[in-house]
Parts: sequence; C-alpha cells; structure tokens
Amino acid sequence: MSGPRYLGFDTLSLHAGQRPDTQTGSRATPIYQTTSFVFEDAERAAGLFAQARAGYVYSRVANPTLSVLEERVAALDGGVGAVATASGMAAIHLVLATLTGQGSHIVSSRALYGGTHNLLAYTLPRFGVSTTLVDPRDPAAFAAAIRPETKLLYAETVGNPRGEVLDIAAVAAVAHAAGIPLVVDATLTTPWLSQPIAHGADIVVHSLTKFMGGHGVAIGGAVVDGGHFDWEASGRFPQITERDMGLNELDFAEDFGPAAFILRARLEGLRDFGGCLAPGNAFYLLQGLETLPLRMRAHVANAQACAEFLAAHPVVSQVTHAGLPAHPDYALAQRLMPRGAGAVFSFELQGGRAAGRKFIEALQLFSHLANVGDAKSLVIHPASTTHARLDAEALQRAGIAAGLVRLSIGLEDAQDLIDDLSRALSASQK
Amino acid sequence: MEIHYQDAPTFVQTAGYAIDPAKPSVCFVHGAGMDHAVWTLFVRWFVRNGYNALAPDLRGHGRSGGEVLGSIADHAHWLHGLFDALGLGEVGLAGHSMGSLVALQAAATGAGRVRKLALLGFGAPMLVGAPLLEAAAANDPAAVDMMTIWGHDFGAQIGGHQLPGLSISTITKRRLEAARPGVLFADLNACHTYTGGPAAAASLACPVSLILGERDRMTPVRGAREFAKCWPRASIEVISACGHGMMEEKPEQTHRALVTALTVEGHG
Repeated sequence: MSGPRYLGFDTLSLHAGQRPDTQTGSRATPIYQTTSFVFEDAERAAGLFAQARAGYVYSRVANPTLSVLEERVAALDGGVGAVATASGMAAIHLVLATLTGQGSHIVSSRALYGGTHNLLAYTLPRFGVSTTLVDPRDPAAFAAAIRPETKLLYAETVGNPRGEVLDIAAVAAVAHAAGIPLVVDATLTTPWLSQPIAHGADIVVHSLTKFMGGHGVAIGGAVVDGGHFDWEASGRFPQITERDMGLNELDFAEDFGPAAFILRARLEGLRDFGGCLAPGNAFYLLQGLETLPLRMRAHVANAQACAEFLAAHPVVSQVTHAGLPAHPDYALAQRLMPRGAGAVFSFELQGGRAAGRKFIEALQLFSHLANVGDAKSLVIHPASTTHARLDAEALQRAGIAAGLVRLSIGLEDAQDLIDDLSRALSASQK
Repeated sequence: MEIHYQDAPTFVQTAGYAIDPAKPSVCFVHGAGMDHAVWTLFVRWFVRNGYNALAPDLRGHGRSGGEVLGSIADHAHWLHGLFDALGLGEVGLAGHSMGSLVALQAAATGAGRVRKLALLGFGAPMLVGAPLLEAAAANDPAAVDMMTIWGHDFGAQIGGHQLPGLSISTITKRRLEAARPGVLFADLNACHTYTGGPAAAASLACPVSLILGERDRMTPVRGAREFAKCWPRASIEVISACGHGMMEEKPEQTHRALVTALTVEGHG
C-alpha cells in the first residue's frame, strides 16, 4: 500500500528549514548576525534556560540562520535533527566528545581522511580515548575489535583516498549487535549519492566545506542524528539515559526520545566545547546546498569519464574509482550508490613519486591544493600532504603508495579535464 | 518514574520530580502511537512552576508495558486507576488527538476529579479513513507516512522547528515507527469507534479549553467548533499556520494556550 508522498530531494535542497521570513517576507534565508536574543520577559527567559520553552538564547548554542542549515542537512539525510559546526573536524569531535570519555574505546575503519586519523591515533589518546583501526572491507574485523568499553564504530562511506566503499548495513549490524552506534562520515558522497541512515547508520557527520557547500568559500560541518538508536537498551551511555544535574536535570533519552543524541550534542557540546558555525558561513553553505543535486549529477558524470579515461591510459597503473568494474567494491557501490561512486578518487602513475610530481605540476585546469569537493577540479599528492603524518607502514596499511595522486573532479567540461589530464600524463613520463 | 500498575510496568514522565500532594496536578495524555515525550517541554514548565506535572505512557505505549487497550473508555478507566495509584486527587487534564478523547471521557467519568480540561487536536466523532485504518491493521509503514504527513501542516515538511535544528516530521515519524506492532491500529480504531463524545460532553462541569490547529487535516477546526457548541463557555484557541501536531509544530503557541487553560490561581 502506498501512502502520501514526502517532498523530494531536489525540493528539500532548496526549501528545507526555511519558510519566507514572516516579518519581512525575505525569500532568502536572513543572516542573523547576532550573538544573543532578547527575552520578552523574565518568565520566558527562565523557561528557555530550563529547556521548558522553545527558542533562541545565544548563538554559540543555536542561531536561526544555522537552524535552517541544520534542518536542511537533516532533511536531506533523513535525520531527526542536526547540529552545524565550525568545520567537519569539529563535527567529528562533537560526536566523539558526546559519546566517549576517559577509558572509552573506538573501533574505526583505517581508511580515513588524514585529519580524522590524526585525531583518533594521536590526539584522543591524550584524553584517555583509544582507537583500534580495522579494514573497512571486513565487518568481522570491526566485530572482533569491540571491547566492553567500546562506544562506537566509525567509518567513511567512501574511503579517502583509495575509494573503499563501506558496506553500511553489514557494519551497522555489527554495531547494533554490540549495542553501540555506527557513526559514518559521508562527506565524499553527500546525501545525494548515499543516505547512510537509511542503510542502518545511526549518526552521520559531514564536512560541509566540500561538496555540500561546493564553492570552496566557507568552512563548516554538521552532525546528523538518525534517531533510530536505542540508547536505553544499549546501557553504555549514562550521559544520555540518566538525569544530568549539570544539564538542567535532563534525561535526554527519556525527555526527547528519538532526538536524545542530537540535543545532548547541542546542549552540552556547543555549550562546553563551543565549536559553533558562524551565521555568515551558514548562509554561504545554504547557497551551495540549493544546487547540490545539480552539482552532484555533474560531478559524478565528469568523474566517471575521467576515471574511465585514466583506466585506459598506458602510464596509469591503478584507478581507485568504485564506478569502474575493476574496482573491488564496484558491485557494492552499484547497490549503495546507484547514482555514482563519487567524484574523489586516486590513481598511480608509472614512475612513482617523481612522475607524480611532474604530473601535478603539468596540470593547468586542476588546482593543486588541500581540499576536495570544490566546483573546480583539484589535485593533491597525499603521501606528502594530507597523509604526511602516517609512517611508511601506516601508509601501506592505508593503501597509499608514494606515487599516488588524488583527484577531486569538478564541474568543468569533461573533455577539457580529460585533455588536461592527458597533457600532464605525457609530461609525467618525460 | 516507573510504577507497577495493573500487572505491568507503567511509565509516567515527571521530569524527575517527585509528586507532592500539596501541589496542584496537571496531566497530559498523548495521542495514537505516541508516548510521553511529546509533552516534555510542557511537563518541564509546569513542574518548575509549582505543579505536579505528569505525562504517562498509556498502557502498551512507549515505556509502559501490558497489552494496549482497545477503547477510549478503557483508556479513561485506566487513567483514573493510575491517578489513584499515584495518590492524586484533583487534576487539570490535557489530551492530544486520541488523548483528547481519553481526557474528555476521563473528565466525564471522574466524579469531579478533573478540575480543568484542555483538548488539543480534538474532534468527536474522530473518524479515521479506511486507507489509514487498513494500513495500520497491516502494520504497513504507509500508516506511519500517512500519520506523519497528514498529521502536520504542509509547512512542517519544509521545517522551521522552534527547537533549533530538529525536523518536525522526522521526529514524528520515528515516534510512530517505535510503536509496537498493533498499537497504532488499536489506537486509531479506538478513536474511530468512540461514540461517547456527546454524552461525555453533556455531563461535564469543569471549564473546557479547545486548542486547535488552523490547518489541521486530521481533526479540522470546523468539526471541533461544531462539537463545542454544547459548551457555550468553552474557550477556543486556534493556532495559526498549524496542523494537527501543535506540540511539535508550534510549541510556543501551544505552551501559552496550555498555561491559560490549566493553571490555577497562585501557581504559574
């Protein structure tokens, strides 16, 4: 039996979270460039501070411009709510700081963005939180690494830079059997390519800086709560299932049901850690989100064309794009991401590190910089930049060869990108 | 708090506050397939303003165990027993949707126990369309979708939750998805078959407030207004640009209406 229909993705990309301003009629989302909000009377002030009334107090915790962004990202991901953060790394930190503490343990995919690897492997141990890194293609390895003090499983929808595709449902099943949530970084796929919550993930993090914004002018992140995880049944999260005298006697699971995690993250995490997004950046990111479906269609089409060109080129030894039948995760990608396997991938050149350097320097359209997901095509050499902190063994475990080159395919004409790649490949072999 | 009542664990949201016999009491009754959490903001306000505030999970709902009850009269009877078990005397009673029928019936059968009555998203009869009933009977997820979409104004799908960053429709959807199999149908069927509204209304002596959503598609304003003709002194508050789910869609306006409807002199 079919019921009434929810609004579609393209509509939500434009409208979710924002109705025209009732005071002014402004169609665009206003930038509420204010630190704080006037209380109409003392009783309302007391109610807001006690989480007994709805509204705004202080922009570190909530701001109307950010609320539009948060609702939009939550709507696109199918979550009950979201918190916008100052960056993607702030989003990851907010999740980990909300769910872990001294003595906690995390099991994570080892195929990670370098900054995330750094946080898990080097920084969090100083705060008493340890991590075991496992092969993202092996759900059994996640299961085997879980300990009594493990608080969550962590992975990326598509690994960076090798393109490993996470079997979200399989890893979520492992997490749920252990009574812990699966946290997924979906930066490289965006909800247009993959909606991890629908596949079983519990919490999604994004760097909005990348494809979600798309323009490369604003740093930001977001945490999205799927609202499915049973915190009470887990028994591992007293900060969510017991009344907290430091947070207005709130028992988040009892008081807020499916929104327990995201409200804890906001009310404690933004209050105490303060990684809030600026309203102006939220505005920029909203402009990008309006065209997310249009851009992602073009990104993945261009990426597929470039990947196919590179795979057929005689000086390229390996292309790690899951949209190619030769990729080990091709079938999984077809199932989980039928619209395309993303627009960030890597390849190895014959000639190793020296050839890689010549290639990058010969490119004219691609910009050599440390970002992905821009409207413009980008290139970087991970071993000397994003993953420079990994020693040789760790690099090998992460599948990153010295000559590996990572591309983020933009929105230029596909043939112009292929011509640029072709010229640079020739130059790399001279 | 959780008590053992009628051979089942029974959960009552009090925001962590103990019941004080010296305080006036207010009680909030949730709707079909829902639980206490739809009332959290209001419970938190009333307990901080001198009241015992309670939001029970009806039998078989949320954190309460036991078999779900099949009629509005059974729910009302259960509610009175719960008040007795908690040692409550007079209460201000509010109910939403199915909960409004339970509250009406409880007020009519409570021998003056209900001091004030607030009916939110109310209509009597509360007939439920065949497609929704059939989907609920089959535990078809389409029933959740119908409740989620028809249960709010169109704008709720766009957003604008007054609690920053939350999705009105997805939270409702998750709550309905969490209902145990058979609960949603039992609730909707109890609404559909309830015919006691006129008799209950005729026997009421307490003040009645109707809190309605201007764009309610499940219990339209005109039906509630028509029914309210039997209460010439009833207060009717229509919340603008609001559908059936006013606690999520317009919590501030709902708060103000509930404070007006339920507070007693000297408290709040």
